[in-house]
Amino acid sequence: MNPRAAVLLVLGTALLLAPVAAPPFWVTLLNYIGLYSIVSLGLVLLTGVAGQTSFGQAAFVGLGAYTTAYLSLNHPAISPWVNLPIGVALTSVVALFLGFITLRMKGHYLPLATIAWGISLYYIFGNLEFLGGHTGLAGIPALSFFGIEMRSERHFYYLIWTIVLASLWATRNLLDSRPGRAVRALKGALEMAEAFGVDAGRLKIVIFVYAALLACISGWLYAHLQRFVNPTPFGPIQGIEYLFMAVVGGAGSVWGAVVGATVITLLKQVLQDWLPRLLGRDGNFEVVVFGILMILLLQRTRDGVWPWLARAVPQRKPLPVSKATTLPKRSRGNEGVLLVVERARKQFGGLVAVSDLSFELYRGEILGLIGPNGAGKSTMFNLISGALPLTSGTIAFEGRSTGNRQPFQIARLGICRTFQHVKLIPAMSVLDNVALGAYLRGSSGVTRAALRLDRREEAMTLAEAAIQIERVGLNEHLHAAVGSLSLGKQRIVEIARALAADPCLLLLDEPAAGLRYLEKQELAALLRSLREEGMTILLVEHDMDFVMGLTDRLVVMDFGEMLAQGLPGEIQKNPVVLEAYLGGV
Amino acid sequence: MTQTSKSKTRSVAAIGEPPSKPAARTFLFMTFSIAALLAQDGVTNGAIYALLALALVLVFTVTRVIFIPSGEFVTYGTLTLAALQLGKPPGTVGLLAGLALIAGTMECYTAARQRDWRRFPRRLALYLVLPLAIAVVVYAVAPLSLAFPIQILLTLVIVTALGPLLYRVAYQPLAEASVLVLLIVSVAAHFSLLGLGLWFFGAEGSRTPPFTDATFHVGDITVSGQSVLVLLSSLILIGALYLFFERTLYGKALRATAINRVGARLVGISPSLAGSLTFVLAALLGAFSGVLIGPITTIYYDSGFLISLKGFVGAIIGGLSSYPLAAAGSVLVGLLESFSSFWASAFKEVIVFTLIIPVLLWRSLTTHHHEEEE
Repeated sequence: MNPRAAVLLVLGTALLLAPVAAPPFWVTLLNYIGLYSIVSLGLVLLTGVAGQTSFGQAAFVGLGAYTTAYLSLNHPAISPWVNLPIGVALTSVVALFLGFITLRMKGHYLPLATIAWGISLYYIFGNLEFLGGHTGLAGIPALSFFGIEMRSERHFYYLIWTIVLASLWATRNLLDSRPGRAVRALKGALEMAEAFGVDAGRLKIVIFVYAALLACISGWLYAHLQRFVNPTPFGPIQGIEYLFMAVVGGAGSVWGAVVGATVITLLKQVLQDWLPRLLGRDGNFEVVVFGILMILLLQRTRDGVWPWLARAVPQRKPLPVSKATTLPKRSRGNEGVLLVVERARKQFGGLVAVSDLSFELYRGEILGLIGPNGAGKSTMFNLISGALPLTSGTIAFEGRSTGNRQPFQIARLGICRTFQHVKLIPAMSVLDNVALGAYLRGSSGVTRAALRLDRREEAMTLAEAAIQIERVGLNEHLHAAVGSLSLGKQRIVEIARALAADPCLLLLDEPAAGLRYLEKQELAALLRSLREEGMTILLVEHDMDFVMGLTDRLVVMDFGEMLAQGLPGEIQKNPVVLEAYLGGV
Repeated sequence: MTQTSKSKTRSVAAIGEPPSKPAARTFLFMTFSIAALLAQDGVTNGAIYALLALALVLVFTVTRVIFIPSGEFVTYGTLTLAALQLGKPPGTVGLLAGLALIAGTMECYTAARQRDWRRFPRRLALYLVLPLAIAVVVYAVAPLSLAFPIQILLTLVIVTALGPLLYRVAYQPLAEASVLVLLIVSVAAHFSLLGLGLWFFGAEGSRTPPFTDATFHVGDITVSGQSVLVLLSSLILIGALYLFFERTLYGKALRATAINRVGARLVGISPSLAGSLTFVLAALLGAFSGVLIGPITTIYYDSGFLISLKGFVGAIIGGLSSYPLAAAGSVLVGLLESFSSFWASAFKEVIVFTLIIPVLLWRSLTTHHHEEEE
């Protein structure tokens, strides 16, 4: 048996036998750890992975708990099991609304906004007469399961931990899928994700609702376990504490949620038991010591406890990727004009970065966009990819205007890009980074991914990614974390990612920067072979040898204006261009 | 949520208690004089929230720390003053000495590890000797029946001295960590200081005597001297801060750090100095707010969180970056709070915290942000 399986077997057995072997007090504690784990799991996804900090999860726990409490007490005919979907539906509606208004906020606005509505919901619970005000609702019936009333903590234990494991399974599946890769890009690489067709605004709301629903389920369990609810456990402090658990456990991994919930719950318990005995007096010292220990812990290990524990558990080897079946390719026309830029203009305040530029791009050609530093090349690039809106003028791709489309909508048309400053997800493998490029060629959503119904499509996506990685010559780095590669190789990964999108038009922003001579030659050969296949390429580049040997035509920009356009040979002799580059001859 | 969380239960329960303010709930109809009373109340509280908002903006822009424990500085301010009134050495003296010893040890350790003893004497003087001296002096003079202004001065000195020590001990080792980790450290520090507050001052609330009993009559309206004093001193403090940031080298250094941390570092502004200095100011603003709010509201050891949250709301309205807007936002919060306590007292907090969401939304849609730096 391999060591990993052994560790899992021991943990699994312990989990299964705990309620039989452990004293009731510990079973209670484990139940609470389970309830907290479910909520912090949502935060791992929302905050740890996607970077959207929320302090308001406790309020969603409250929604789940109060819904079932109110319905059980006022409509006893309805089974508590039916209250769960009702609570889920209610929470979805509330979360959709709150997500819609708060997730548009960026940076530090978001956590503060979540505190604000967290507090609002808390006071609403406490001030509504029909919810029992600050005293709460008592006498909630126990759950029954096929006629057995789950009155004991032991019964409940199995229910809670089944749900914990199920949500861990679903969340892990989700992270390891098409939407999962996009979620991982939301933190720090939003612009890149949108360039590959991810509707980031929508995706944020979806995972926000996902996290809220986990919280709601935890609340439903809590209400029937305690059989009493009042507003206190759904207040701002508890909301903060859930975030605490996720961060302390290790917000980058689903296991961090369980580890965090365990560490914090046990620590509090131990402190509460031992401190009065140690100090010989009662008081609130456990909070003091708890806070100090948390600060020390974070000073020792910023990424939480899990990465540190994970070293002790042997990791699974990555599975080999089968390249048998891959995604269908799009058909490209091979004649005529692909992209028309007409009097494109971009102003930043008084600065005209691109001034009424017009040019055309023909199918199957490599067009070089060159010019001295500050000429407006990258701005032009961002106008085509939609990263920046046009001030005036039009850009039409296959006859359709791209003017008022978002970057992710432009990506859907078949335009794909690399970035001047590499935008990859450093902790993710080369394979996953490249697979993100194929986002628009798949269709699995969060639900399918969480339930693992996406495996056929996922296998094809990974096969496509592996083929592109092989094509650019990075096969040996397939499973390496992208952050561990040299900058030159990272640029090549960006190209592979763009190829995985199977674009009609490839926009390359200084792809040769940071490459060595041989690597540049390989890159040029690759781009030529892409042209053979009918791909159209727009290239911004400073390396003149590279550009002259590769491109079919050149557009030269200076101070936002068109200086010249023509064949590479003509441009090299053009006196105006020479003057712009060399300052007069 | 469990029985494992006594302290938390208590602190949240206290948040729910309505502050005892002269909000005229028995009147059913708004008259001009009630409106004037409410407005006066709102502006007075708003001025205090404004001080806290300024502290939060300052700390966030310079250090990226969301300063949740600022509320504890407020309660420490009020309760330290209350303890001095009773002629008792306040518990904050012990905390000051304790933090100074820890910070001193940390300085020794850092200097020994880096084998760099050049700045060591100065740092030891700032982090160990000075706070210890303050602690000893306050401990010694506390039982003497001091004049009220001297008590206030001592309160400000003790609580302000806690700020840089907190920064040195809790935040400085993590100065480069992500905003999220710094936030969690803030929460942890908030918990610790809250627990210490209960230990130092007990669960009973305190109110300090008013600075003045004078009242003025402007037509039908009665204006209390207390309100005028709060407003005036807030304005003076804000003015002093303005001068500090505009006219002094340290103030400019802090502004530079707030705008561009790396750039400031490159021109020789030490990030740890900027951090400590910021926390001096933030602690001073907190302590000052505590002294001002003491005569208006009964302050319990755990009242700080909600007060500072309202400061937050004000700061958010100002976008966490503009001082005048943050101050204006805080006054708005104060007014909102006092008027909603008249019409729908039970839903006062709901109204205050819900109404900021549209403001937040508006701000985040209209201001341009860069992608987060993580």
